[in-house]
Amino acid sequence: MSSLGPTTGIKYGMVIDLDKCTGCGTCSVACLTENNVYVLEDESDKVRSITWLRVYRIENGQPYPQTKIAYIPRPCMHCDNHPPCVSVCPPTATTKDEVGGIVSQIPTRCIGCRYCIAACPYHARYFNWFDPWPLYKKHIKQMTNAFNPDVAPRMRGVVEKCTFCHHRLMAAKERTYAEGRKEIPEEFYQTACTQACPSGAIAFGDLNNPKHKVHRLLAERQKDAFRLLEKLGTQPKVYYLTTQKWIREKADNYLDVPKGTGN
Amino acid sequence: MEAELIPQGLQRTSFRNFCLWQLPWLALLTFGGLGALLCLGLGLNQTAMNDYFAFGVWIVFDLSVIALGAGAFFTGFLTYIVGKKELKSIINMTVIIGFICYSGAVAMLGVDIGQPLRGWFIFWHANVHSMLTEVSFCITCYLMVLTIEFLPNILEQRQFNKVPEFHFFAHNLHEIMFLFAAAGAFLSFFHQGSLGGMYGVMYARPFAARAMFSIWPTTFPLFILSAIASGPCFTLIVVWLLEKIGRKKLVKNEAKQLLAKISGIMLAIYVAAKLVDTYFWVTGPAGEAGFNLGDFYRAGPYGAWTLFLELGFLGVLPAVLLNIPAVRKAEGALILACFLNCAGIVMNRFIMTVVTLAIPVMPFEKFLGYLPTWQEWAIALAIIGYGGLVISLAYRYLPVFPHERELNEASRS
Repeated sequence: MSSLGPTTGIKYGMVIDLDKCTGCGTCSVACLTENNVYVLEDESDKVRSITWLRVYRIENGQPYPQTKIAYIPRPCMHCDNHPPCVSVCPPTATTKDEVGGIVSQIPTRCIGCRYCIAACPYHARYFNWFDPWPLYKKHIKQMTNAFNPDVAPRMRGVVEKCTFCHHRLMAAKERTYAEGRKEIPEEFYQTACTQACPSGAIAFGDLNNPKHKVHRLLAERQKDAFRLLEKLGTQPKVYYLTTQKWIREKADNYLDVPKGTGN
Repeated sequence: MEAELIPQGLQRTSFRNFCLWQLPWLALLTFGGLGALLCLGLGLNQTAMNDYFAFGVWIVFDLSVIALGAGAFFTGFLTYIVGKKELKSIINMTVIIGFICYSGAVAMLGVDIGQPLRGWFIFWHANVHSMLTEVSFCITCYLMVLTIEFLPNILEQRQFNKVPEFHFFAHNLHEIMFLFAAAGAFLSFFHQGSLGGMYGVMYARPFAARAMFSIWPTTFPLFILSAIASGPCFTLIVVWLLEKIGRKKLVKNEAKQLLAKISGIMLAIYVAAKLVDTYFWVTGPAGEAGFNLGDFYRAGPYGAWTLFLELGFLGVLPAVLLNIPAVRKAEGALILACFLNCAGIVMNRFIMTVVTLAIPVMPFEKFLGYLPTWQEWAIALAIIGYGGLVISLAYRYLPVFPHERELNEASRS
């Protein structure tokens, strides 16, 4: 098993500028297309639909005209310190990579006990409640062209989640090696959501590398940066930026701030 | 012909009545089988579980029956290790209940996991950091121990016992039973604790998370204590039911009184520890995560009443009742106290499983409810059908209660 403590060296992470996010959902669609995410027959069943990157809509809870709305895109947080899902998985189907710190999922080893889903406070893990094959068979002609050949579709009865487009990291490593470089350049490895975001709200890269945009953003806008549920000590590798205090307050539970006014 | 299978000198109902009695249990099992077929064939979309309620009524039933089946290891420990010989009057029944509870729980887990054919991956790719791995190993081993403990009773069946090999094998197993009792106590100690640990280590779910002592959260000892407090009481309830239905005495009163007394002491210790744990949970992990106690009970059907019901009416009350000698001596009051005790433990397992998952951790998440489908109920209730069937068969054909003849001859004369 890989080390569960904080990642040293390369540490892949994401910075999402919430002041730029319009809630359009392009990141979400790009993610499910890139990763061959199964679409339910009934997508209104939101507690079972698979959304590796879910966009939450939050409100400040004030009456009109003081009402404010914001959107929080939520991929897997790829927790850096003792990810809650990794240590609980009985057949070691989820691990934290020692290089890069990506929290991976091995669907072919997953037994579907769902302990990881129970342990994750971000609801970033999804179970395949339905068998994807009947739908694939029904639309096989259209879907053959839409499938990404680099990502294996998952089967019924296993858990899946955002992998920071891990297959792109594999491709980037090959390209880096082929070009005789020693370090993966920032532009070689970008997630699908980062590239798809029309307002440029999402940045991705090595949080520890000063040459990468994510590092610069966090250094320049330190006072605007926060992470979800920071008090739990999971140390997510997904950071958010906003100048608005009410959004930052929505990111965690505080004993003196009312909870549960978002939706 | 069939009468030749019934232990010598014991009175049992007619074969026709016995067959009719088995029908409801078989109906429950068939109903459960149908639910299991649908879940295994079509997938877990047949349940009401979802990505918020990853665990449901099956896990509640699993944890409950494993706690209630703890009478087997604890009574075995008291009989063979501590040396309370008067418990030999009831030990066979505790083993049968334990066997039913554990084999039923394992069967239910087989349906509960999304990929049952990969169940063995837990052993092959074992993650030693996972409490569920420890639970799986210990439950599997303990089920084998229970089977060995059950075996002599089966071999003592009237016709089997005529075979010299079976007779001597059963006798020799009895001689070394203390070894299996010790192994059972060791394994049970760890899996009962690990089942509690499963919740306590979920440090990112503040409703379940508890303070850690080394690698064990406080739920680890609490689950052990609650299991050994409720398991013997559940055995007493089953024996009481059998005595009422069969209209005869089966177990010596001194054995029942001893079990009730020990249960009372264990329950009092458990309830006191649980109250202290609740205080340190609210001021510790929950507070550090930004939650007041009231935050956990703000929305949904699982209000603060669950806390008072579990700790008060189903916790303190039976603990007090079971520690009053007059209550233990009055049969009705004793069974009521045992029932409250067992209901409290089921309530605890429900709260740790369903309420933990119902409470959103992210401030902008919504509270969701969970109501099981008929398929889930069918599979959960099948364990009752299975239990009824096995206990009825054992009661009719095996010498389960060694003092039955003596007790009923005494009452007749």
